[in-house]
Amino acid sequence: MSHVNVTLTVNGTEHTVSVHPMARLLDVLRTEVGLTGTKEGCGEGECGACSVFIDGVLTNACLVPVLSASGTTIQTVEGLEGAAETLGPLQQAFIETGGAQCGICTPGMLVAAASLLRRNPDPSDAQIREGLAGNLCRCTGYTRIVESVVDAARRMKEARS
Amino acid sequence: MPDGWVGRSVPRREGRDKVTGAAKYVDDLHVEGMLHGATVRSTIPRGKIVAIHYEGDLPWDEIVVATAADVPGANEVKLIQTDQPLLADGVVNHVEEPIVLLAHADREVVEKARRHVRIEYAPLPSVHSIDDALAADTVVWGTDNVFTHYTAGQGNVDAVWADAPHELSGEYTTGAQEQMYIEAQGMIAEYDPDAGVTVRGSLQCPYYIQTALCPLFGLPPDKVRIVQMATGGGFGGKEEYPSIIAGHAALLAYKSGKPVKIVYDRIEDVTATTKRHPSRTKIRSAFDDTGKLLALDIDFVIDGGAYITLSPVVLSRGTIHAAGPYRCDNVRVDSRAVATSSPPHGAFRGFGAPQSIFALERHMDRIADYLGLDPVQVRRRNLLQQGQTSSVGQTIDEPVDLDKLVDRALADADWVAKRKAFDEHNASTTGPIRKGIGLSVFYHGSGFTGAGEVHLASKAVVEATAEGRLRVLAASTEIGQGTNTIFSQIVGDAAHVPIDRIDVVQPDTAHVPNSGPTVASRTCMVVGNLLAQATADVVGQLQGAGHLPATWDAEQFTAACRAWYADHDALVGRANYQPPAGVHWDEKNFRGDAYSAYAWACYVAAVTVDTRTAEIRVDDFVAIQEIGKTVNPILAGGQIEGGVAQAIGWAVYEDVVWKDGRVANPQMTNYIIPTAVDTPPIRVAFLEPFAPQPVAKGIGELPMDGPAPAVLNAVAHATGVDPRGVPLMPETLMDLLTTQETAQ
Amino acid sequence: MRGYLPDYELRAPASVDEALETMAQAPGQWRPLAGGTDVMVELAAGKLPPGKFLSIWQLPELRGITLDDDHAILGALTTYSDVRDHAGMAAEYPMLVQAARESGAIAIQNRGTLGGNIVNASPAADSPPALLAYGAQIELASVRGRRWVDYRGFHTGYKQMGRQPDELLTRIRMPRTPGGAGALHDYRKVGTRKAQAISKVCLAALGRLDDGKVAYLRAGVGSVAPVPLDLVKTEAALLGKTLDAATIDAAVAVAEAEVTPIDDIRSTARYRAVVSRNLVRDFLTALAAGETGARVHD
Ligand SMILES: Cc1cc2nc3c(=O)[nH]c(=O)nc-3n(C[C@H](O)[C@H](O)[C@H](O)COP(=O)(O)OP(=O)(O)OC[C@H]3O[C@@H](n4cnc5c(N)ncnc54)[C@H](O)[C@@H]3O)c2cc1C
Ligand code: FES
Ligand code: FES
Repeated sequence: MSHVNVTLTVNGTEHTVSVHPMARLLDVLRTEVGLTGTKEGCGEGECGACSVFIDGVLTNACLVPVLSASGTTIQTVEGLEGAAETLGPLQQAFIETGGAQCGICTPGMLVAAASLLRRNPDPSDAQIREGLAGNLCRCTGYTRIVESVVDAARRMKEARS
Repeated sequence: MPDGWVGRSVPRREGRDKVTGAAKYVDDLHVEGMLHGATVRSTIPRGKIVAIHYEGDLPWDEIVVATAADVPGANEVKLIQTDQPLLADGVVNHVEEPIVLLAHADREVVEKARRHVRIEYAPLPSVHSIDDALAADTVVWGTDNVFTHYTAGQGNVDAVWADAPHELSGEYTTGAQEQMYIEAQGMIAEYDPDAGVTVRGSLQCPYYIQTALCPLFGLPPDKVRIVQMATGGGFGGKEEYPSIIAGHAALLAYKSGKPVKIVYDRIEDVTATTKRHPSRTKIRSAFDDTGKLLALDIDFVIDGGAYITLSPVVLSRGTIHAAGPYRCDNVRVDSRAVATSSPPHGAFRGFGAPQSIFALERHMDRIADYLGLDPVQVRRRNLLQQGQTSSVGQTIDEPVDLDKLVDRALADADWVAKRKAFDEHNASTTGPIRKGIGLSVFYHGSGFTGAGEVHLASKAVVEATAEGRLRVLAASTEIGQGTNTIFSQIVGDAAHVPIDRIDVVQPDTAHVPNSGPTVASRTCMVVGNLLAQATADVVGQLQGAGHLPATWDAEQFTAACRAWYADHDALVGRANYQPPAGVHWDEKNFRGDAYSAYAWACYVAAVTVDTRTAEIRVDDFVAIQEIGKTVNPILAGGQIEGGVAQAIGWAVYEDVVWKDGRVANPQMTNYIIPTAVDTPPIRVAFLEPFAPQPVAKGIGELPMDGPAPAVLNAVAHATGVDPRGVPLMPETLMDLLTTQETAQ
Repeated sequence: MRGYLPDYELRAPASVDEALETMAQAPGQWRPLAGGTDVMVELAAGKLPPGKFLSIWQLPELRGITLDDDHAILGALTTYSDVRDHAGMAAEYPMLVQAARESGAIAIQNRGTLGGNIVNASPAADSPPALLAYGAQIELASVRGRRWVDYRGFHTGYKQMGRQPDELLTRIRMPRTPGGAGALHDYRKVGTRKAQAISKVCLAALGRLDDGKVAYLRAGVGSVAPVPLDLVKTEAALLGKTLDAATIDAAVAVAEAEVTPIDDIRSTARYRAVVSRNLVRDFLTALAAGETGARVHD
């Protein structure tokens, strides 16, 4: 089957790409759009390294055929609030609290954490663990990831008040 | 505040790139004109290759094909020995052995082509267990399937049995374990007739790869350049296997003249690359009424897979750690690494020690059970003290106080109260829930075993620029454990400069000296020390030239560099490894100073077992260790927590299912590693150093050793069954519970 | 990514009618693709047979949860998150909510659909036992019309079901107040780990006692047979009985005979048999003890 044109708004910029409709959103983001922050750890929905927002909904980009995302707004780790010259509370917390080691799970972890904090700005440890259960990390043992999210929530609260 | 970086939780230096998605891992790199490579592998465990057919409706004329015949040099992956070919030539010795390489510009075409290469075999008999390997009815390696055989120990165990008050024996097993770093392995290679081979990728040990690639291509080291990219976890899995991927990518680049990227997907990574060596340990012990050990006779066997790779050194570490941090006058450790028809097992955090320590620490609990004593008491009766010798005859020079270590762990874990409460609950409950608490005490040697560091003769360099910046040059890789940050802290302290003036240079064999591999928990202790010396060399040169006073600050350092460059064009500090004085290791008899330092630990796990389902949940985990000087508490804590989680996985979740020598569960959906919900809060503390002048001991591997026995001891406490192997899957535990129920 | 994309075709119809027409033109050739959480996994593993797919993800007609006097009605594209977030579901269908909560993790729950879970027909799927216990019906639509069928009996063999190749699953409905007031809802998934796990055994059981006698009982079990299994014989053995120890023992024996688990890479037949027996016993014991409402297993 030939390629089709699919339009996606990624991190605020509209992209029209000519791709196979069944191509994985993950590959399209990494190769066509050129944003390699979204990672592949498994290609089967288990690890969460490919987590992105599609229209604000936390999604594994490896499981989305690009045609199903046509016309949507996508946010990746590069476009996450706080991924700027002056880092935001979430990013800062992950660096300072030790939430990132090798860093390969980190983009997905940050997107999942952002999703959690949007729904629940003051999560308990158990809620954080549940909210991040789809994001595997082999380096940290999760303790400092949980602490990083707690820390980020605290920083965000301070920023609001 | 230039002084005192060491000891502070300086944030990870490459943190910004990692939290913004900017960090570049190998699969993030696209090289113009690049081809994608794929590997065709054996589908049978052992046999002769009869024919290779290239089938299907594919543009075979566009596809680059390489086989053993294309290797320009010797078809051997040089490591300890050279028994492993880069590509199977005529015969395969394990499932998933690489036979044919393919490359094409279109990743999908090459993937499809991979599935259309049909290989005909004449099968040969194969070996799939330690017992079958030892029986040697089928010989797959050498004359008897034994790669390596060591005997270690002291005293005379055989003289003890006759008069021993008590004797207890047991057999313990541990399964293979997949490293499951989240970034699968990958390399990009380029070939240029003048410049030679350049490989970039996900790796732990650049110089291992260079050593392996030189003979494959018949090239000198200056024509083989290896560059590490951001690496998404290693845990030992990216120690030796990357040489093979690098060789494959380089061979395709050599043949095609184009850059070639090979990145494994998860299934290929799990089925084809190395795992932790499965093991079987038999322990026969003698002890008195108080639990004092009189003799330990340990028969330790590890399954090395089809080629020898690193098995001898894995075996050596497992052998030395087999008798634990206990004083026992009569010890014999007889150990073997054997060949089977599975893909070679390899380096994995702990490197043989977790296997033998698991056996011993389960056995210590069984001794306590047998005597009706508290497991803590039995351990305390035997803990090594300063001035005593370990089972390989190493005198413990440090003022160790292992009782204090145990005290702290028990206090943090609330051992006494929990042990009692759980006993009462388990005795009185009619419900399905059982609770238990268990511990382990252990040590882990830092750096290479025995004379390993002497053979390595590592080098490190620190350069100062005219602006007073310091460039750190070492081959030690950042794989998440914090190398960049720790090196900056050490060098910053040695030069009295802020760490933002320090640049840790990306490991690249064209620029960095060989500071040895990033393994064996040696980076901080050995290489960190070299960097401190190299920095001292810079300082010494500046002082020798009269530019720097005896005490100085950062601005004076910068001024001194500026002054130096007025009449020099470089300022290079060097350090070469010097063995510490008075350290002797007798490799042949396995006696002497096995390691220059040991980290000591006591871990406690509390578990819940649901007897309806035999599910085990680790509710709480306390990890107390003495690691000498702690360079960076947050990074060190992160190492311990990550290791504990990985070891909990090994203990109760991670079951490699083998089917005729092939991993039958190579996906994250069926090889189960713990999620955030399965992992308990891990409570880590570092004891005040034992020594007045502490060194920074290795910590990367330590946390892998203790959790499995602590968790299984807790399960035994909870349920009263006697589990002997990891992983302890609910299926096995349910059988034990059912047998127990029937017996009652 | 092992799939070879040129082997596949994917289209996004603008409406359910358009989807049905396409499916009717060449029955069996076009397969729906909903959240993709099963299909795309097969694609990446190189196990998806070449073929044509219709993305239905973007069809609003297939979304939404409504409650009328008799039924709760769920669009085929209802995701696990939709189920979790709907207050009415938690009140009356706690086992379905529990199934949703325990299926995958958040990102999967945001994408995986009930329709996909049913038609994917994995015996290890987690919502079917709850749907069976709640007496669900499913609506199948084709150009020939729409029909409601009982979910019980829909799965006829391993990955076999009573759906014509040109039929789209459009809705699912469950009777209101299932089991009647005072029923006990017991959902217990036993997986390989606490979160994001595939089931080794999964029991959904709904029962009610009247005057100490079993007035209502329905139970579905996952991963113990080629299909999501209804414990019909166990139900029959218990209806109208007083739940004493002997009855429970007898019922557990019937349940044990009903399940036909196998060994696979995730578990063993023996383990699955023992656990399903233990879970049935546990449920009946709780029911006999007078427990009502949603049982909580942490
Ligand atoms: C990481 C991960 C974890 C998971 N965990 C769980 C779990 O815990 N429990 C569990 O039960 N499942 C689990 N799954 C499997 C999967 O998420 C569910 O089965 C999900 O409900 C499938 O829905 P879908 O819309 O994504 O299906 P799709 O992949 O879109 O489709 C699946 C099948 O159903 C067919 N289909 C879909 N919709 C319709 C329709 N309306 N009419 C007709 N046919 C249709 C498709 O043709 C296909 O054959 C998991 C999957 C992943 C990747
Ligand atoms: S790559 Fe998508 S979940 Fe792992
Ligand atoms: S930081 Fe390495 S996998 Fe999470």
